[in-house]
Amino acid sequence: MAFINLFLMFFRIGIFSFGGGYAMLPLIFQSVKDFNVMTASEFSKLVALSQVTPGPVAVNAATYVGFNYAGLGGAFVSTFGVALPSFVLVILVMHFMEKFKESKGLQAVFFGIRPATVGLIASAVVFISETSLLNGPLISKNFIINIESYVNVLPCIIFICTIILVGKFKISPIKITILAGIIGAFVLN
Amino acid sequence: MKLMWDLFSTFFKLGIFTFGGGMAMLPLIRDLVVEKKQWLTDDEVVDCFAVCQALPGVIAINTATYIGKKRAGLKGSLAASIGVMLPSFIIIIVIILLLGAINENPYVNGAFEGIKAASTGLILYAAYKLGQQVMKNKITWFIGIVSFLIIVLLDVTALWGIIFGGVMGYITYLYEEYRRKKRGETK
Repeated sequence: MAFINLFLMFFRIGIFSFGGGYAMLPLIFQSVKDFNVMTASEFSKLVALSQVTPGPVAVNAATYVGFNYAGLGGAFVSTFGVALPSFVLVILVMHFMEKFKESKGLQAVFFGIRPATVGLIASAVVFISETSLLNGPLISKNFIINIESYVNVLPCIIFICTIILVGKFKISPIKITILAGIIGAFVLN
Repeated sequence: MKLMWDLFSTFFKLGIFTFGGGMAMLPLIRDLVVEKKQWLTDDEVVDCFAVCQALPGVIAINTATYIGKKRAGLKGSLAASIGVMLPSFIIIIVIILLLGAINENPYVNGAFEGIKAASTGLILYAAYKLGQQVMKNKITWFIGIVSFLIIVLLDVTALWGIIFGGVMGYITYLYEEYRRKKRGETK
């Protein structure tokens, strides 16, 4: 019974969360609370853990909740539950795209979606920089008034070095990630 | 079989080196899938990202399923998805077993701050590289800039930017068809 409940709970989270990653956390919190599998303080530990461990946030959460609640089997069914909607939906949509790939209309829609997606990726840089490089929104008065306390200097240096390393010297993103982690551990602790 | 293993191990690597989900995967995907393995072109990666952001669910699994299927059908999807989930699965269980609970550790937090800063730069560079490929004329620049602005200024979800792009693409197409027909009539 516990396995079926865990599966259904995470299946629902998988279907109803848009935007992925941290956007899923409110829905996960709501579900685990209704379900009585976790207290609020445990949940905040889970959020902290998800931030410092690699991989998809939803998989981290499903594994953590499932394992604490019903051991290895619980971790497995929860992860399976959260992954299944993604898997099925993407396969269906791709099937549909294959079928209509000759359609001029669909090609036109994707012609417009591509630049919009590049804009979307650029907007993600703005949002991420607000927690990684700055202490708040990019567009704000504080940015000009308290610039010293608003801008995190060392992360900004890492940010600029990253662009130079990847753009000019073609260093692989994985190597840069490892390097930034090591520097961060000793300089930003 | 070799391709399955290749998909599995590539996405396993992505699972290990991506912190913070979805968007943070993009630079690594571009590096591994476009430049090293040449499984997809830049245009195809952008399509993949659009579909994966617009659908509900775990973006990393959406992406793995998409690229896996594109390369090797349903089996490929499975290999890539398992690959991207496995590191998280193992790491979380090991942490629970070893630590029981999670304790704040300044070194770990510092490492995470450093990785976040680098990740911001990597995503910016990926946006630049994909933009070079996709921004071909005035219309594409217009769509890209407007979609950027509506997401940043109106604080709406990514889905709206994608819908805006799709509608604009379709309108452009209808307009061009209309002009072509008119030219045909006058001749």
